[in-house]
Amino acid sequence: MASGTGSSTAGAALRGGGPVQAITDWITDLGGVVVRWVEVIGDVTMFSLRTFSWMFTRLPRWSTLLPNFYQIGVLSLPVVALTGTFIGMVLAVQSYAQFRALGFETRLGGVINMSLIRELGPVLAATMLAGRVGSAMAAELGTMRVTEQIDALESMGTNAIHYLAVPRFMACLFLIPSLTIMADFMGVVGGAYYSVYILDIDWFHYWHNSERFVTNWDLFYGVFKSLFFGAAIALISCHRGFNCDPGAEGVGRAATAAFVYSFVLILILDLFLGIFLDQIYYAIWPVTPTLI
Amino acid sequence: MNTTVDNIVEVDSLHVSFESHVVLRDINLHVPRGQTVAIIGGSGCGKTVLLKTIIGLISPSRGTARFDGQSLTQLNEKDRVKQRMRFGFVFQNSALFDSMTVAQNIAFPLREHGRDDSRDIHRIVMARLAEVGLSESTLLKKPVELSGGMRKRVGLARALVMNPDILLYDEPTTGLDPIVSDVINELIIRTRGRYPVTSMVVTHDMKTARKVADRIVMLYPLSHLKQDESQIVFEGTPEEIDQSEDPRVRQFVRGEAGERLSAMNTDREEFGSL
Repeated sequence: MASGTGSSTAGAALRGGGPVQAITDWITDLGGVVVRWVEVIGDVTMFSLRTFSWMFTRLPRWSTLLPNFYQIGVLSLPVVALTGTFIGMVLAVQSYAQFRALGFETRLGGVINMSLIRELGPVLAATMLAGRVGSAMAAELGTMRVTEQIDALESMGTNAIHYLAVPRFMACLFLIPSLTIMADFMGVVGGAYYSVYILDIDWFHYWHNSERFVTNWDLFYGVFKSLFFGAAIALISCHRGFNCDPGAEGVGRAATAAFVYSFVLILILDLFLGIFLDQIYYAIWPVTPTLI
Repeated sequence: MNTTVDNIVEVDSLHVSFESHVVLRDINLHVPRGQTVAIIGGSGCGKTVLLKTIIGLISPSRGTARFDGQSLTQLNEKDRVKQRMRFGFVFQNSALFDSMTVAQNIAFPLREHGRDDSRDIHRIVMARLAEVGLSESTLLKKPVELSGGMRKRVGLARALVMNPDILLYDEPTTGLDPIVSDVINELIIRTRGRYPVTSMVVTHDMKTARKVADRIVMLYPLSHLKQDESQIVFEGTPEEIDQSEDPRVRQFVRGEAGERLSAMNTDREEFGSL
């Protein structure tokens, strides 16, 4: 992308002509950018469809799946747990002053745990996964592309998407709910620790308000969204790796693009899934409890 | 040229381009079963692209590249896998899987295509390893622990493991010292003696081409050709290439810089005057 934009800018700088020509050139450049984006979106869609199709056609072997599950799920747990704990504590620090000013500090448990379970837990787990695993997947697959290992797989009659992308996709899809629950849990523990032991909020009221406002629906809300985040991270990162440009620079760009595009897509999905799930919630339960 | 029964590879009017960049133009090449063909030519003339088009890793823009009468890019997944199992591909940089040991690399095609008996697999791996002159001590090493020549040999062992009908070698001696290069050349010749295999060897090493090939085909970069000129500038035996009157062929065979050196001198003068 970057190189394309750079070349079109350079091209525009070299062009001459009057204002009409400038507008025509601008429209041409814009058209070029739109066409490139449509191509990329089409390509990612085709890649995703092939991955789904292979997942349902034939499951990868356990010997291929297990290392990916370990790498993506188990090794991500410590970092997700640590960041979850700190986010819970940060939420307590940031919310305390405002809630205390209104005399609602005992309601802190409700707002911290609701924010964690609905939003911060899933988004944080997904961001950590995109940063720790997405970039690594793109770099690993990109290196395999550059060193012809993906061509070698295909030349031996092994479908590269089935062998490389499907296990990574399955690991991200099936393990991100666990990572989200771990981020939620540690965030809840961190928030409660800081609120109860440092800010001296009453233990009983903290948990009582948490119980009042955080429901099973909120837990489902967060975990359901995380499935989409996991799928997006795996598909974008694998696609970037498979379509890596040659050389070390290409691998570096693939790793960076995997994280940036995954993160942007996580936030976009978060918004639209939030709207969608809220519509469902209000359709099923028209009256909802308020925090205050 | 006979285009029926005996040709295992038939390339007809093949064009390959990447976006607007044309790499191969109107290539016609037939490889009879059992023959060893060396495809020579300078860097960037499309030799590797031709090999990858034949095995179906690259789709032609126009024309066809058929293996045993079938174009791999037009087959469904199941048939394509069946045909690809008849190929052995030795990649330029070996393309061994970094995360696996030598033994796992060689055994990979066997396991992927349904062999589960570990003892049977070990026996085949050991036999292939011995054929390429490597000892048992290399079995548990990772590719990064091997020298370039050893990696090439492991690549050849992996390519041989499924008893292919055709072996495609992409620059098998590039980056190796003259002695190891000759070892690889001997391995190519011995492999052909041991198995009834057709071989296509992409190389820019004339010693390799002369030593291993029954027939040599020379490609020329399109950027140096006029619109109506054929990209295949020579096709014949190793003896015939030495007799060629074509200056492009003679320049390549003798390894002379020719007009490219003149172009470099012109550039230097231009830069010097700045």
